[in-house]
Amino acid sequence: MKLIDKMVTCKINNIEVTVEQGTTVLEAAKKANVDIPTLCHLDLHELGAVNQSANCRVCVVENEDRGNLVPSCAEKVTEGMKIQTDTKKAVMGRRTSLELLLSNHPKDCLTCVKNLDCELQTLANEMNMQEIHYTGEMMSHPIDDSSGAILKNPNKCIMCRRCTTMCDEMQTVGVLSPLKRGFDVVVATAFHLDLGETSCTYCGQCVTVCPTAALAELPQTASVWRRLNNENRHTVVQVAPAVRVAIGEMFGYEPGEISTGKLVSALRRLGFDAVFDTNFGADLTIVEEAKELVDRIENDKPLPMLTSCCPAWVQFIEQQFPELLDIPSSCKSPQSMVGALSKTYYADNVGIDPKNVRMVSVMPCVAKKAEAAREELNQDGQSDVDYVITTRELARMIKEAAIDFRTLPEDSFDDILGESTGASTIFGATGGVIEAATRTAYEMMTGKELKNVDLKQMRGMEGIRETSVQVGEKTLKIGIAHELGNARKLLEDIRDGKSDFDAIEIMACPGGCIGGGGQPYHHGDTSVLDKRRKALYAMDTKMTRRKSHENEMVQRLYEDYLGKPGSQKAHQLLHTTYSAKARI
Amino acid sequence: MKETVTDIKDLDKELLGKLDEHIATLDLTRKEESLIPTLYKAQELFGYLPHNLQWHIARQLDLPSAHVNGVVTFYSFFSEEPMGKYTISVCMGTACFVKGADKVLDKILKLTGTQPNEMSEDGLFTVKDVRCIGACGLAPVLTINEKVYGNVTPDDMDEIIESYRKGAADDKDS
Amino acid sequence: MIKTAEALNKWKQTLINERAYRLELKICAGTSCISSDADLIVEMFEKKVAEHGLNCEIEVVKTGCFGFCGQGPILKIEPDNVTYVRVKLADVETIFNEHLLNGRKVYDLMYKNRDDEDPAESEAGMAFYQKQLRIALRNCGEINPEKIEDYVRNDGYKALADVLEQNDPEALIKTMRDSGLRGRGGGGFPTGLKWQFTRASKSDEKYVICNADEGDPGAFMDRSILEGDPHSVIEAMIINGFAIGASNGLIYIRAEYGLATRRLFTALQQARDKGLLGENILGSGFDFDIEVKLGAGAFVCGEETALIHSMEGHRGEPTTKPPFPSEVGFRGKPSNVNNVETYANIPEILNKGAEWFKSIGTRHSNGTKVFALAGNIRNIGLVEVPMGTTFEEIIYDIGGGIPGGKDIKAVQIGGPSGGVITKDKLDTPIDYDSLQEVGAMMGSGGMIIMDEDTDMVEISKFYLDFTQDESCGKCTPCRIGTKRMFEILERLTDMEGTPYDLELLETLSKNVQSASLCGLGQSAPNPVLSTMKFYRNEYEDYAHRRKKTAYSIDPEKCIGCTKCKRVCPVDCIDGKVREVHVITESKCIACGACYDACPVDAIVRP
Ligand SMILES: Cc1cc2nc3c(=O)[nH]c(=O)nc-3n(C[C@H](O)[C@H](O)[C@H](O)COP(=O)(O)O)c2cc1C
Ligand code: SF4
Ligand code: SF4
Ligand code: SF4
Ligand code: SF4
Ligand code: SF4
Ligand code: SF4
Ligand code: SF4
Ligand code: SF4
Ligand code: FES
Ligand code: FES
Ligand code: FES
Repeated sequence: MKLIDKMVTCKINNIEVTVEQGTTVLEAAKKANVDIPTLCHLDLHELGAVNQSANCRVCVVENEDRGNLVPSCAEKVTEGMKIQTDTKKAVMGRRTSLELLLSNHPKDCLTCVKNLDCELQTLANEMNMQEIHYTGEMMSHPIDDSSGAILKNPNKCIMCRRCTTMCDEMQTVGVLSPLKRGFDVVVATAFHLDLGETSCTYCGQCVTVCPTAALAELPQTASVWRRLNNENRHTVVQVAPAVRVAIGEMFGYEPGEISTGKLVSALRRLGFDAVFDTNFGADLTIVEEAKELVDRIENDKPLPMLTSCCPAWVQFIEQQFPELLDIPSSCKSPQSMVGALSKTYYADNVGIDPKNVRMVSVMPCVAKKAEAAREELNQDGQSDVDYVITTRELARMIKEAAIDFRTLPEDSFDDILGESTGASTIFGATGGVIEAATRTAYEMMTGKELKNVDLKQMRGMEGIRETSVQVGEKTLKIGIAHELGNARKLLEDIRDGKSDFDAIEIMACPGGCIGGGGQPYHHGDTSVLDKRRKALYAMDTKMTRRKSHENEMVQRLYEDYLGKPGSQKAHQLLHTTYSAKARI
Repeated sequence: MKETVTDIKDLDKELLGKLDEHIATLDLTRKEESLIPTLYKAQELFGYLPHNLQWHIARQLDLPSAHVNGVVTFYSFFSEEPMGKYTISVCMGTACFVKGADKVLDKILKLTGTQPNEMSEDGLFTVKDVRCIGACGLAPVLTINEKVYGNVTPDDMDEIIESYRKGAADDKDS
Repeated sequence: MIKTAEALNKWKQTLINERAYRLELKICAGTSCISSDADLIVEMFEKKVAEHGLNCEIEVVKTGCFGFCGQGPILKIEPDNVTYVRVKLADVETIFNEHLLNGRKVYDLMYKNRDDEDPAESEAGMAFYQKQLRIALRNCGEINPEKIEDYVRNDGYKALADVLEQNDPEALIKTMRDSGLRGRGGGGFPTGLKWQFTRASKSDEKYVICNADEGDPGAFMDRSILEGDPHSVIEAMIINGFAIGASNGLIYIRAEYGLATRRLFTALQQARDKGLLGENILGSGFDFDIEVKLGAGAFVCGEETALIHSMEGHRGEPTTKPPFPSEVGFRGKPSNVNNVETYANIPEILNKGAEWFKSIGTRHSNGTKVFALAGNIRNIGLVEVPMGTTFEEIIYDIGGGIPGGKDIKAVQIGGPSGGVITKDKLDTPIDYDSLQEVGAMMGSGGMIIMDEDTDMVEISKFYLDFTQDESCGKCTPCRIGTKRMFEILERLTDMEGTPYDLELLETLSKNVQSASLCGLGQSAPNPVLSTMKFYRNEYEDYAHRRKKTAYSIDPEKCIGCTKCKRVCPVDCIDGKVREVHVITESKCIACGACYDACPVDAIVRP
């Protein structure tokens, strides 16, 4: 259906504005430089999720002709409409809504994980909310930390429904729903199960949009501090690609600022015994994955091969498409590979008992916390990765340690698990993994050098992208999806036999890991994701080595330790298995 | 012990079969629209909607369990708790209220030793407060299963409840 | 199968001519009467008739509600035009032998307007019916709702046949607009205009939706119509479909309405069997069918967007309007939602003309309105009166006044969304505008009469308890606001409130009204604001904790019979035989036992 491009003119606080038909009062007000507070509203239409359920009523304004209040976030402008945002009725309506929310909210900001990064708190400040007149019963639900990844505190929920919009519409997982009605309503899992017992993928997209601390990452910083303070442990750390283009935001830098050097410095100051790069693991993943792909193509094994580095996505296929578990690549994720190697290859190398090595990883992701706890991912009973903290948590630790991030010197990663190529850098953006894999697979299959490594057809933000590359005789058909709703579409086609892809990359988060659930909050400004994404590609072009198999430390690893890509030892250390899980 | 919603062993096989047959007759291209009718059927068969039954329905209709549970807990007709042999619905509609239905309700709760929507210990009664049942002419009104009692007073309740207790005991004896 | 308008007419004539019973026994089989054994009474009459071999002479007709439910079960004998009330199983024998066999009327079973008056033989003599005008209820109590023949004999489906023959939806909508009919579901929106909007929405698919959720606790007119005359609603929905260009209809009916649902299914099947519903209705080429959707117990599902979401299988949560259902409705398609009573009026309007309908009622409120009259009133039941009838007329003429020699205090109209009419405003004519002027609203038709003993704070607490319980919980002001309002009212009635609570209550009420998302929250504070306005003193009494909670004894009246003393569960009454008794107020738990026991009304309620 084509929308008719009609313009309508309205007045907001007596300022005339002309906007396209279908524009909301809120958007029109912005044009007139009139500020209206909002809370539940969330417009991520670029990502396919818009929460317009108009339920918080913090944005109501008066329609002058009709004398009633309308929610500016959902009300569409009509011709001749007169809106007044500052009448007593409007101000009182907004204030009362907020005051009522606060009357049912535990106001323990000082020790809250969202302190100073909370939309409810900010709003209370902006609206000069100094007294709550209405008191009475408050919600009282158990706090759920069962998943090891997400901390769910329903008592801080304001029922804005942003999380359900993300989980239902964007991710099509549907873990959360409002239960009951009236005052007893609570946004919860089915039957109030612990999140860990549901089909939650821990993608953390609900966390990225929750305006309060009702949904947040399960913090592990305290455990990390404890490890760092334990002299008997050798505590090492790795940092994922998407962290370096986002963490600066927590220290006042523009989104997309590349802070790799400062980040490494900070980690050293925090006391880590070695600082590794997850990118190293990414290069290794590519080599193993490309090898697997070539093997599957040449030996008529099941295709398409699906990338497996995103744990939320792995969880998703295990729960929602158990019949397809033979197609994801058996490669562990980069985080896990680096973890496994730190307790074998690295420990051997520096001569310490692997039992004393503790691996902490810094991830843009909350699902990585759950991944670290997967039973499959261990060596001799020792988990590949011990603790996972998000970008946000690391920034908080740096602040806690009173390290002035902005004045830190640049430093570089430690040897043997620290080198990376441009190929691994772009892992953090949708399409990056498959682009990196193609660069390597091309050379593996043809034995020729790939001249133009910029496979731009694989980049972008469309939810599903299809493309192909000529690799010698063979045309590789490649699919790319980010967000689980898009992944679902591709998987349904595969299940129904309607798909002829050779390889597919899937990332659970919008834009890939740059939009992960552990990244600094974008508060609805999706241009942030774009800036982070561009920064990753910019880093790639600046690198001298841009193909994973050219990573010298990776090469050394094979020579000294693993043998050849796909070798038995590689399989033992770097590959994993999947199992069907119940869908709840 | 923690419940496992995916465990449906304790659900009656025959009833489950009937439910699945019913689901098979529905237009599953509109799976959401099929939900409420399915819940009706399930409650009719099982008497209430335990969690594992809701999960089963969710899987049969290919809907997230949270959606199913969200719907079940929204509507007062659906019950997640087992119901007594006799459901006493006391009308708390306006007409009945102004004629003292609250006192009748209090008396019944006292007699059955329950709270609203909770089954009595002996499994005989579940007392509900409901909205106008359309017999305001007889206010205050209550129903016990299908039977309507009009113009009731708190004092009447001793005898009425006792008669059901006795009826149940007789059923058992015979 | 009836394939043409002509055939329909012919069938009707045959039905009229074939009717050759000597006597018709119309027995109410509405919910209220059934609960007083009306169905057993019907069976007994049928048995008696069969035993005496009178099947060809006497027809026993199970009808819908006569409206006078408080006097049920009701039985009417035609053509003798005699109405019996409060018929018991034991009376069957008498009526059969006396009236049916011997033509002797049973005066003992007739209704008396006043105890000292002669019994009224027929409805004409009963004050209850005298000021009523039955349009929406025209067939209730007249026909057997389970027989399409009865409906057709009374002009049923004639309007549909005419509409299809004229084949001019625009003209049809114009007639609807000219009639001045406004929605009876509470909002009072002009029906013709709504149809016009839905017609104007472009779409390949549209829906006609009948709102039979009837949520107002204390109103049951929609139920009675569906139980007593389901075909009138079906016919109107088909006409609605033709007007807006829809071929699918849905009826969303309350879960609790079992009998109405069963009768609806029967009626739908009969209409389908006769070719009045389904494909190519009456040979016109117009297709229309109706599906029934069951509600599952949620008042808010009466709100049209919530109703639509509920039919779609979701939680019944309203969404913001616009878009209205006429643009985006069921399955995202334009949908026209009307109420049961609204629909029931339509065939009659089309049969008798817009002018006729417009001539009834007041200037901006045409036709009639059905009310469920209940509370402290002598005649309880359903009444249908022309718009403009005053409260006084309803209460005293139709309702027979307040029982127990008590004085009236107020009338609550509009249910949980409505307000109160005070004693001095009882001369207000009942129409949309006049009600608004006195701060009340028409609502869907609940009318509760309250006598002098009524505690208005308790009443507003009752309604608020209802609304906060039924709130869908989606938006803040209603989810938390109504809860906080209820808590304040509880504080007051628990004697724990303060005058400041009144201020809070009032401010909060106004803000919940203005900021809530849907009609439920927007109108939930109405009962509070309205009672606060007119009975402020009662709130003040609670706020200053000077409300008396103990019973006392009027020394002038007490005869010292000791009855109260004997029943008091906490032994707080002292007194000797034939001496004035006294209650120790600090000990009284206000159970009211003494009040009921006193033979001379000497106990004074707090
Ligand atoms: C909370 C709430 C409850 C309602 N309940 C009913 C109801 O039970 N029956 C009804 O017909 N309309 C009800 N309505 C009004 C409907 O939303 C709608 O306006 C009506 O069905 C339209 O039909 P009408 O124009 O024929 O009145 C309710 C509205 C609200 C806000
Ligand atoms: S969620 Fe926000 S408002 Fe609530 S306690 Fe935490 S910081 Fe404060
Ligand atoms: S703002 Fe006030 S309450 Fe909060 S920390 Fe500072 S002194 Fe304490
Ligand atoms: S983490 Fe992802 S899957 Fe889990 S509830 Fe949040 S959005 Fe849904
Ligand atoms: S959990 Fe957070 S996002 Fe979800 S409804 Fe509650 S406050 Fe909103
Ligand atoms: S896309 Fe990245 S950040 Fe998001 S869940 Fe997957 S691995 Fe984590
Ligand atoms: S006003 Fe009440 S019923 Fe209506 S949407 Fe808000 S919470 Fe739901
Ligand atoms: S109201 Fe009850 S407690 Fe009070 S005096 Fe009368 S009988 Fe006794
Ligand atoms: S019952 Fe009435 S009359 Fe008798 S002692 Fe008590 S107050 Fe007096
Ligand atoms: S922001 Fe508009 S209602 Fe919440
Ligand atoms: S209010 Fe109780 S039956 Fe109507
Ligand atoms: S139900 Fe019989 S008169 Fe109303």
